Amino acid sequence: MIDWAKLRADFPILDQQVHGHPLVYFDNAASSQKPRAVINALSHYYERDNANVHRGIHELSNRATAAFEASRERVAKFIHAKTSDEIIFTRGTTEGINLVAQSWGAKNLKPGDKILLTEMEHHSNIVPWQLIAERTGARLVYLPVTGDEGLLDLSKLNELLTREVKLFAFTHISNSLGTVNPVAELCERARKLGVTTLVDAAQSAGHLPLDVQAIGCDFLVFSGHKICGPTGIGVLWGRQEVLDAMPPYHGGGEMILTVDFFKTTYKKAPHRFEAGTPDISGVIGLHAALDYLDAIGRENIFKHDQELATYAYDQLAQLKGVRLFGPKTGRAGLVSFLLDDVHAHDVVTVADQRGVALRGGHHCNQPLMKKLGIASTARASFYFYNTRAEVDRFIEVVRGIQKFFGS
Amino acid sequence: MSDDLDELYQQVILDHCKGPRNFRVLEGANRKGEGYNPLCGDNYTVFLKMNGDVVEDATFQGSGCCISKASASLLTDTIKGKTKAEVKALFAKVHDMITTGAVSDEGVGKLAVFAGVHKFPARVKCAILSWHAVIAAVDGENQPVSTE
Ligand SMILES: Cc1ncc(COP(=O)(O)O)c(C=O)c1O
Repeated sequence: MIDWAKLRADFPILDQQVHGHPLVYFDNAASSQKPRAVINALSHYYERDNANVHRGIHELSNRATAAFEASRERVAKFIHAKTSDEIIFTRGTTEGINLVAQSWGAKNLKPGDKILLTEMEHHSNIVPWQLIAERTGARLVYLPVTGDEGLLDLSKLNELLTREVKLFAFTHISNSLGTVNPVAELCERARKLGVTTLVDAAQSAGHLPLDVQAIGCDFLVFSGHKICGPTGIGVLWGRQEVLDAMPPYHGGGEMILTVDFFKTTYKKAPHRFEAGTPDISGVIGLHAALDYLDAIGRENIFKHDQELATYAYDQLAQLKGVRLFGPKTGRAGLVSFLLDDVHAHDVVTVADQRGVALRGGHHCNQPLMKKLGIASTARASFYFYNTRAEVDRFIEVVRGIQKFFGS
Repeated sequence: MSDDLDELYQQVILDHCKGPRNFRVLEGANRKGEGYNPLCGDNYTVFLKMNGDVVEDATFQGSGCCISKASASLLTDTIKGKTKAEVKALFAKVHDMITTGAVSDEGVGKLAVFAGVHKFPARVKCAILSWHAVIAAVDGENQPVSTE
């Protein structure tokens, strides 16, 4: 048995009052909170080991470098990469996708090629592709979403996933619908046609076990800050042979073998893609976060998230005048909803005054919102430190909001 | 509900957000302005009929939260009969009030109900959204406005 209450106590930030009420933090899909183990790893690094990596010969630099590279090994294990050379540290999911679009895309896309995305992508898995499409003459195509229930319309896949498609990029878990996509199946279909795949694991990495071999993708990206790690650090995983064939992304120190005034030769992956002094403390903090998550077990976390989300969904469904988004069953740990005649921002403002942190808006999914005919939703997103009692409190607050606005 | 909330969502505001005034396309409008908030996707179009420098009639269309809708509703009521200079002077006062909470002696009329917004920094933009549309409209040129 996992002692969830004991785990919750590892998060100092959760123990506070907001506007005179105990904090109920339900904005985990935007960013998770950090356990003491991660905060301690950061201060330990700055108090004991801080120095630049890969450059010094002195003791502190050696320690920093060892800790930095140990984290790379840890990440490789976390997602079952073949080697740690396949792990590139980025600033986050967004930078990982931009890196692939700019480096892989510039080299492999040409006029007439298609990039297949889905209608539920986050802006960060749309805009980088628009930028590279503009530069290369490739075109974007979208796999539709079925409507409020928020599933990918797989019946359209045959028609859309054709040989002109060079890259298929899709999210593992939708940040606004809570849909869990059949990533392994999508990758297999793509692989049969020789289509390169990218999985946006921003919402899944810290919530369920990830195995890039079993998924069968070519690239996978995620952010540290959503999975108990620090902000400003993220991971791009790519198959080694794919990475080694890619040109550099940024130029600078750390990524070179030799530099001449007019010509430079580059290191192999991962260092080729890590120009300049990296976010060393972030990388070290991420290591602590992954250790922390795996001590709990991501399969346990997923079960817990899912139970809370299902409970919240069912409770909301019992209220009058609530429109719910995302699948009825099998959803990930979040619920998006709208109250009749109450705008999401008004819901969030009132909830905040009651200590409940929600997110309201388009969730960086504007095209999806347009398709669903809405401007925004309110969203409650959960993590393992959240409780059923907090969901009860949230529902009580939602009832209060309905009463307040007389809907 | 807490006092701050009651101040934010005053009865007048709730009333205007549930039953917005001037919520229609204005036939014969000669000015139009848009206000868009990329953060939430809220957007309003304000239609004006101007006679020289004077706002003869004002209406709006669009969608958004309670605060932004009530603001557009009260605002289109308030600026009728005012000159361009008066509208701009009023905006300066209202802007000041919404960001600091201070209600100026000069009076902002019914718009004083938005003073409570200053305690909610994330909502200041909502209260000001339709103002941007109005300012764009009074600053614009006279031209037939398509009411499609
Ligand atoms: C599905 C998805 N993709 C990408 C991102 C972008 O992540 P980041 O802002 O950490 O780069 C997010 C988070 O906002 C997300 O939920």
